[in-house]
Amino acid sequence: MKKAALALESGQNPGNRTFAFKSGFLQQFLAFGSLIALVVVFSLASENFFRFSNIVGILLSTAVIGVLALGATFVIITGGIDLSVGTVMTLSAVMTGVSITFWGTPIWIGLIVGVLTGAACGLVSGYAVSRLKIPPFIATLAMMMVAKGLALVISGTKPVYFTKTPGFSEIALGSVLGDLIPGFDIPNAVLVFFLAAIVGSVVLTRTLVGRYNFAIGSNEEATRLSGVNVNLWKVVIYTITGAFTGIAGILIASRLNSAQPALGQGYELEAIAAVVIGGTSLSGGKGTIVGTVIGALIMSVLTNGLRILSVPQEWQTVVVGIVIFLAVYVDIIRRRKTA
Amino acid sequence: MSEWLVSMTGIEKSFAGVHALKGCRFELQAGEVHALVGENGAGKSTMMKILTGVYQLDGGEIAYRGKPVRIASPKEAQRLGISMIHQELNLAPDLTVAQNIFIGREPRRLGGLLLDDKTMNARTEALLRQMNLNIEPTALVSELTVAKQQMVEIVKAISYESQVLIMDEPTAALSDAEIEELFAMIGKLRARGVGIVYISHRMAELKAICDRITVMRDGSYIDTVATKETTVERIIAMMVGRELYHAEGPGSYETDAEVVLAVKGLSRGKTIKNVGFELRKGEILGIAGLIGAGRTEVARAIFGADPVDAGEIYVKGRRVKIASPHQAVAEGIGYLSEDRKRYGCLVDMDIKTNVALASLGRFSRLSWMSDAEIEQAAERAVERLGVKTPSVRQRLGNLSGGNQQKVIIGKWLTEDCDILIFDEPTRGIDIGAKSEIYKLLDGLARQGKSIIMISSELPEILRLSHRILVMCEGRITADLPNQGVTQETIMHYATMREEALLV
Repeated sequence: MKKAALALESGQNPGNRTFAFKSGFLQQFLAFGSLIALVVVFSLASENFFRFSNIVGILLSTAVIGVLALGATFVIITGGIDLSVGTVMTLSAVMTGVSITFWGTPIWIGLIVGVLTGAACGLVSGYAVSRLKIPPFIATLAMMMVAKGLALVISGTKPVYFTKTPGFSEIALGSVLGDLIPGFDIPNAVLVFFLAAIVGSVVLTRTLVGRYNFAIGSNEEATRLSGVNVNLWKVVIYTITGAFTGIAGILIASRLNSAQPALGQGYELEAIAAVVIGGTSLSGGKGTIVGTVIGALIMSVLTNGLRILSVPQEWQTVVVGIVIFLAVYVDIIRRRKTA
Repeated sequence: MSEWLVSMTGIEKSFAGVHALKGCRFELQAGEVHALVGENGAGKSTMMKILTGVYQLDGGEIAYRGKPVRIASPKEAQRLGISMIHQELNLAPDLTVAQNIFIGREPRRLGGLLLDDKTMNARTEALLRQMNLNIEPTALVSELTVAKQQMVEIVKAISYESQVLIMDEPTAALSDAEIEELFAMIGKLRARGVGIVYISHRMAELKAICDRITVMRDGSYIDTVATKETTVERIIAMMVGRELYHAEGPGSYETDAEVVLAVKGLSRGKTIKNVGFELRKGEILGIAGLIGAGRTEVARAIFGADPVDAGEIYVKGRRVKIASPHQAVAEGIGYLSEDRKRYGCLVDMDIKTNVALASLGRFSRLSWMSDAEIEQAAERAVERLGVKTPSVRQRLGNLSGGNQQKVIIGKWLTEDCDILIFDEPTRGIDIGAKSEIYKLLDGLARQGKSIIMISSELPEILRLSHRILVMCEGRITADLPNQGVTQETIMHYATMREEALLV
């Protein structure tokens, strides 16, 4: 952007709007372009890849990590991190199970309990980060362990099954769309993922909290000195991340028709990877929900495609790791050029 | 002297179609202090970045000691003996002075396996002694004052046998006494035959230290003059190429207007000691003092940015409790930080977001943002304050310092703050834009805003303030109406230390 600055100071109009538009467009295009390229490559490599059932399978396997990543996007744009989303997701799942199976509440109350559990954990992390000034890495690391332990304690270390409420698994695996359009059997989990993405995108770009989210990530101290109650808004943002995590917890419980208390750890890193591949900067201030959706899709397309090509599981992980390297490196080069 | 230490001639540089340097030249003799001046964007730093190998020239020639050279990288520049002391110092704060000076070329022993701290400290000691500096080689850089850190940078440059030393605004963060020390050091370097390029906005300094002055404007070379044969007015005229806004002093104001802000017994540790004063409607209250006198600390305390030990604050006669900037803004107080980039604005975001930042709540209904209203408000602010920008969607960081400052003023006007605290409002802003900021402050006061203005530049204090507070070591040592006050009077109070008061 140095060029633009020089032009401006010498009183010329360099047409900067198009320039800014181009660099933003490029970022989106790179992630989206890579996704398309992957799909094309895998489709050419194996005729089994581009089939309706396989595409649906990819989308379904993206849903849980995707919703987690949507939530994580908010905290990451503040320049923070949330390492607790994996185990908080599990705790939310367990609480939903406890509510529906042990307490015998209607399913919808169980859903609310799940989302509130996630939100409450986010609220505590947010309070620790903003008021108590504990670095996000440490505060959410602590929350990760607390949630992991609580999930085991509350469930008695055993999975909670939803056998008495067959309707529960419909939440993720049923297909409202399939009922409306025969043959279009896209599972509800996928629908929830895309709805959550739309809501997340609207909140991030069109509401007050979204605006503060970017301001805090861009320069927290300057935002505070502009009279913004930064501590309050950070608590709100971590709570939003927690609520998305709660939704992910419900989805995974419904998909497995059980709340597995030992599952969940490691999901937070995959969620963060999806956010980063989607072009959101870990140093804060920049990021999009669309990017995160694409990032999550890239990860599942890769795993799915490699599996279809019979690449062993261990190697799939290696490839995903390399993709993360590349994604971040490309982003750094791009930044170096525009800085 | 016909042989130049460095000569740059016909220098051309373009960035994506923008002609940044047009046939510029610059010549440096051994043993001279040569000032390079010009407004921000005039091309000074581009010129120096070419000399230090950061940028490559598109056309023209550089000769070093009479031989043409190609400076392909900063490393190449260093090898030739060309060093630059940046405004932001490049030292590792948690390492010692000696470790910083010898970083990357530490003396070794046992065939290079172990570091030889003894030799390193001894050699550092010798270097420091050469320059008459009273700094311990084993002191941590973070424990030194900014001035001392700068000295360490200079010693580091000398230890590379540098023959050309470029200093970018070296006095920006220094007190007067420290500037004296720096000048003494420059004198020694000059005696050793080092050629010094001195970039500064402070005219008085140029007169005091420089042999010759080269003026640049809009990417062009204007002229090189001997300091002795020119006047400050003439240099400024060459820099801006237009008539400057001149006024003898501040406009008139009602001396018995309503008191909008009263501070009583404000204290915080050793930095603020029992500070009290009043600010009236339409008044510009200047706070003068040396670096470290506690002026910024007072401003931040009033604004709620830092906690205080004691003190009462009254806004329009009403006692208020301000524990955070959030509460201060609710009381109609706005603060413009001395460090614009770190504390003042969001450089990576656009102008309209920066203008609306303090009042985002007002631009939303039930939390839904109205971007159209934000854009209108930003356009009003841009027009009212004369910000030069093609659009309010421009990234703030693309504007010059003066225009950034105007956008930040726009932020507080959009929030409708009646009490504005300006901390070094013209720091890092070029002279032409400075006078615009002065006009703006005058205008705001006339419209009934009350302004506290902290400045280290005495002419600025005298030019703008209706009343002047002088601070020294956390205390207010004088409260003077700006009539017949001279720089000497202010300096007298600014150096009135506590021991002196007791006698």
